[in-house]
Amino acid sequence: METRMDLSVTLKGQVCDLHLKNPVLTASGTFGYGLEFAPYGDLASLGGLVVKGLSLEPREGNPCPRIVETAAGMLNAVGLQNDGVEAFCTQKLPRLPWRETTVIANIYAASAEDFGRLAARLDAEEGVAAIEVNVSCPNVKQGGVLFGQDPQLAAAVTAAVRKNAPHKHIMLKLSPNVTDLTLMARSVEDAGADSISCINTLLGMSVDVRSRRPRLANVVGGLSGPAIKPVALRCVWQVARAVKIPVVGLGGIVNAEDALEFILVGASAIQVGTANFMNPDNAFRLVAELPGTCARLGVDDLASLRGSLVS
Amino acid sequence: MSEPQSSLLTALDLVPFGQNGQEGRFFALRLTHPGWARWRPGQFVMLRPVSFGLELPWARPFGICHMTSRYLICFFQVAGRGTRRMAELRPGDKVRVWGPLGNGFAIEPDTPTLLLAGGMGIVPFVGYVHTHPKPWNVSMLFGHREPLNCYPLDSINERITVDSLRENTPGDLDNFIFGMQERMQDVAEQGGLVLACGPQPFLRMVQQLSLDLGVRTQLSLENRMACGVGACLGCVSRVTDKWPVQEKRGGLVQVCNHGPVFWADQIEL
Repeated sequence: METRMDLSVTLKGQVCDLHLKNPVLTASGTFGYGLEFAPYGDLASLGGLVVKGLSLEPREGNPCPRIVETAAGMLNAVGLQNDGVEAFCTQKLPRLPWRETTVIANIYAASAEDFGRLAARLDAEEGVAAIEVNVSCPNVKQGGVLFGQDPQLAAAVTAAVRKNAPHKHIMLKLSPNVTDLTLMARSVEDAGADSISCINTLLGMSVDVRSRRPRLANVVGGLSGPAIKPVALRCVWQVARAVKIPVVGLGGIVNAEDALEFILVGASAIQVGTANFMNPDNAFRLVAELPGTCARLGVDDLASLRGSLVS
Repeated sequence: MSEPQSSLLTALDLVPFGQNGQEGRFFALRLTHPGWARWRPGQFVMLRPVSFGLELPWARPFGICHMTSRYLICFFQVAGRGTRRMAELRPGDKVRVWGPLGNGFAIEPDTPTLLLAGGMGIVPFVGYVHTHPKPWNVSMLFGHREPLNCYPLDSINERITVDSLRENTPGDLDNFIFGMQERMQDVAEQGGLVLACGPQPFLRMVQQLSLDLGVRTQLSLENRMACGVGACLGCVSRVTDKWPVQEKRGGLVQVCNHGPVFWADQIEL
């Protein structure tokens, strides 16, 4: 039996809407620039891809070891190694299938001004449909999670990006490493964000009791993977009830049922992250299995499932 | 080079190697053929038994030991959680495998080629000697700590000459290094090629000798990696100013998709 279902989603923003052919995005930092995964599936079948975090200038990132496997998850302290926004725009973007699928550029900077400069550069690129603003990286000394823990700073960053990228959908990626995530969410909504994605990684660490050393050279890093899914679900549920703008859920999503759980608690779309490492065709499979899983669970359309958690 | 692909393979059997206290530590894992059109010795696969479940999210990288028209062979030593779980594989168990990944070793049929293997670094050379069109131009020096029968040496021995040296005392290591130096000197004089695979200190030694003697040498690195496809950025190493891509010189590159085999003068160890 062939299952036909319209999976398209529109993230209705305050300034710019974002149309997705399906709600499955790949999370920044877990899918390279997309091209790395082209042998394993059709990039155009994805709802969209969020590329590795971009900074104004190329960044080397942190020393190795900067990844470690943990129970049902992993820690990373890559520290935003990237070739810089210019190399992305001139070398990577032209090779991406941005006419067939949605390309979202993830950006990071150490000041609101630099966030604004990045936004302005990307606003000029036809191939970039949206900008995901990383105010939540736990792995960089300056800025990063700091912006994500202070509602005023996050609002300032949001406003700077909003002002400099008037033609793009602006998605704010929030950190779970805060006391009250809804405070942050409302703050960036008020500052003009079109949508919110959450959660970024949870700050964690791993130690080797034999050598008595931390397993990451950076000592601490961001925890991701199935281990954080319960935290992510809780955050998305809280944020979705606190704001009017759409929420994109991520954290430990592996299969279609995981994805539907996030939609059930209020997400409009989802991102697949660490699961891309468990199998490079994981995201493509998730897209393919979504209609069948919906049918099996009696879900006629995603809009009616969204936020329909029974309590 | 063949495009990599992700396949769900079936374990055919798991053959233990070694004896006298080494039981349960060294295994050849035979898997159903992944259907790749081509592969090169020195390339690797990411291997993740379905039994890893959600608990062990990472696949593990393994150099391709050998591949025939009917199956793929990986060889591993139990070293941690993942390989311990792999040692419990039974015929019929499913294993997610993606590959072939990375670049592989240079094959120059008419060039005298010296293979330097340290311990488990012998694994990719099984495939190398079996696919080399003129194996009489290839020889090997093998340094190891465990008994010889822990390693897949027999299938190499049937094709080429192998000199092996077991490290029992620190003095043995000196002998091995001296032996490497002599052999590399010979290769340098013949305008030959050296290929090395083994632990990091061993590779550093080979790299130093290679630079001192001016002999063309490739090193196969085995950095920790999560994805094998260039995305996780966990396996990066620094390249030197000899790296062919000018913008990347002195910078970090992923070992998985820029290596795992590097010319000795192009990579920092």
